[in-house]
Amino acid sequence: MASTLPDNQAPETGTARVKRGMAEQLKGGVIMDVVTPEQAKIAEDAGAVAVMALERVPADIRKDGGVARMSDPDMIEGIIEAVSIPVMAKSRIGHFVEAQVLQSLGVDYIDESEVLTPADEVNHSDKWAFTTPFVCGATNLGEALRRIAEGAAMIRSKGEAGTGNVVEAVRHLRQIKNEIARLRGYDNHELYAAAKELRAPYELVKEVAELGKLPVVLFSAGGVATPADAALMRQLGAEGVFVGSGIFKSGDPAKRAAAIVKATTFYDDPKIIADASRNLGEAMVGINCDTLPETERYANRGW
Amino acid sequence: MSDTPVIGVLALQGDVREHLVALAAADAVARPVRRPDELAGLDGLVVPGGESTTISKLAVLFGVMDPLRARVRDGMPVYGTCAGMILLADKILDPRSGQETIGGIDMIVRRNAFGRQNESFEAALDVKGVAGDPVEGVFIRAPWVESVGADAEVLAEHDGHIVAVRQGNALATSFHPELTGDHRVHALFVDMVRADRTAESL
Repeated sequence: MASTLPDNQAPETGTARVKRGMAEQLKGGVIMDVVTPEQAKIAEDAGAVAVMALERVPADIRKDGGVARMSDPDMIEGIIEAVSIPVMAKSRIGHFVEAQVLQSLGVDYIDESEVLTPADEVNHSDKWAFTTPFVCGATNLGEALRRIAEGAAMIRSKGEAGTGNVVEAVRHLRQIKNEIARLRGYDNHELYAAAKELRAPYELVKEVAELGKLPVVLFSAGGVATPADAALMRQLGAEGVFVGSGIFKSGDPAKRAAAIVKATTFYDDPKIIADASRNLGEAMVGINCDTLPETERYANRGW
Repeated sequence: MSDTPVIGVLALQGDVREHLVALAAADAVARPVRRPDELAGLDGLVVPGGESTTISKLAVLFGVMDPLRARVRDGMPVYGTCAGMILLADKILDPRSGQETIGGIDMIVRRNAFGRQNESFEAALDVKGVAGDPVEGVFIRAPWVESVGADAEVLAEHDGHIVAVRQGNALATSFHPELTGDHRVHALFVDMVRADRTAESL
C-alpha cells in the first residue's frame, strides 16, 4: 500500500506537528531529572512519561558552583539504553553545537536550559534548524512567545530549579496564565500594542488571544518537591510537571516518584493526594528563594 | 436513550483533550474517564496517545484495568491511537517488565517500531473505510503491528508495515488523527459506536 503514495508525498520528519505533537503525548505526566541509568529505571518504573538525563541535578549544580555544561555523551547514551520512555537532555542557552551533539545522540527532546551556564547572553539557539524538538523555560508570556518564535515546541514555566521551593514556579505559571487571560479580552487594535509590550511576534500574540492558550504544550518546572506541589501546578493550569532535584534528593526516591505521578494524574482529588503524601520519608531540604541572591537565580537567565 | 452516543476518553495521561475535541466534532458526547465507576453509561471508549508504560501502570494502580478488560470483552467499542494501539493489542513484542494491556485485538505490536523522536514523521495514508483524500498520518515514536490474527482486518499500511487494524468493535491506529483537525477516523469510530448501539437495542 505504501507504493500508492505519490513521490511528492514522501514521509517528512521534523515537522512542527510531530515536534509539538510529541509534547502533547507527555501531557498529564511527570518528567524526572536522572543522573544514572539506575535512576532512569526507577523513574520509568514509577510511571514517569520521560526522563531528563543530566550529570548533576540542579541542587548539586547550585552547591558545586562553576560552569554547568551539557552532559557526557556516554552518560546520556547509557540512559537512552536503560529505558524505553523518551529521554531529554539539556544544552546551554545559545550553545547550538551542544544541541547538535544532543540531536546526533538521538535524544527525544532538547531542553535549552537556564539551569546550565548560558553560552550566549543575547541569542538563543535557532530551534527551527533541528529535527529534534526543543523545550524552553519562560517566566512570562513574552518570553514564552519569543522561544516559540525561535522554534520551541514545548514551554515550561521556569520556577527556580534546585531549591525545592515551589514559590517561583507558582509565580511564573500564574504570570503566563494571567497574561494569556488578559489577551483574551483585547480587541484587534489592542493586540498590536500588546505584541510590542510583550516583545513577541504579532502573529503569535494573535494566535494566543484566539486559542486562549499557548500554541504548544505548557508544563511547570523548578521547585516541585511533593505530590501536593505537583497537583498545585496542575490546578493552576500546567499540563504536566518537571521534577528535578525533588525526587533523587529525597529520602525514598522510588516511593516519592510514584507518589508525584499519582498526584499529577489525580491533581483535583485531595483524597488521592493525601494518600500519595503518606510516609514518603524526608523531602529535599530546600532553599528560601527570598534569601537567594539575584546572581544565583537561574530564572533570570534567558532573554 | 438519546441519539448521541457517549464516548469516554481514558484520561490517565496523554493527548486526551485533542480526542475530546475530535469526538465532539464527530457528533459524539465526549468525556474524560479516570475511575472505574466513570465507565458506567459509556457507549464507547478511546484510549489516547501518551506513554503506554505510564498509562498501563496507572490503569492497574487505580483499578480501571480489569473493568476495562471486562467491558471490551463484552463488546464495548474501543479505539486506540499510538499508545492506545499498544494497550489494545493482545500481545506486545517487547513489553517492559510488568507492562499489561487491555487487549481486544488479536495482534502483536512492536513499540517505538518506527524509531525515536528524530524519526517521527508525517505521511499520507489510504485507510480502508475512510473515503476521499488520503488521511494525514502523524507518527510519533510510533508502534507498528507485526502480525494480526485471522479475525483482525488490516485497514492501512505504511512502508510495508501495518498501521491501522480493526477487529469487530475494536479499532487501532499507529498514528494520531486527533492531532490533524481531520476527524474522519473519529467519525468512523463514532459510526462503529452507533452501529453497536443499534444492534444492542434490537
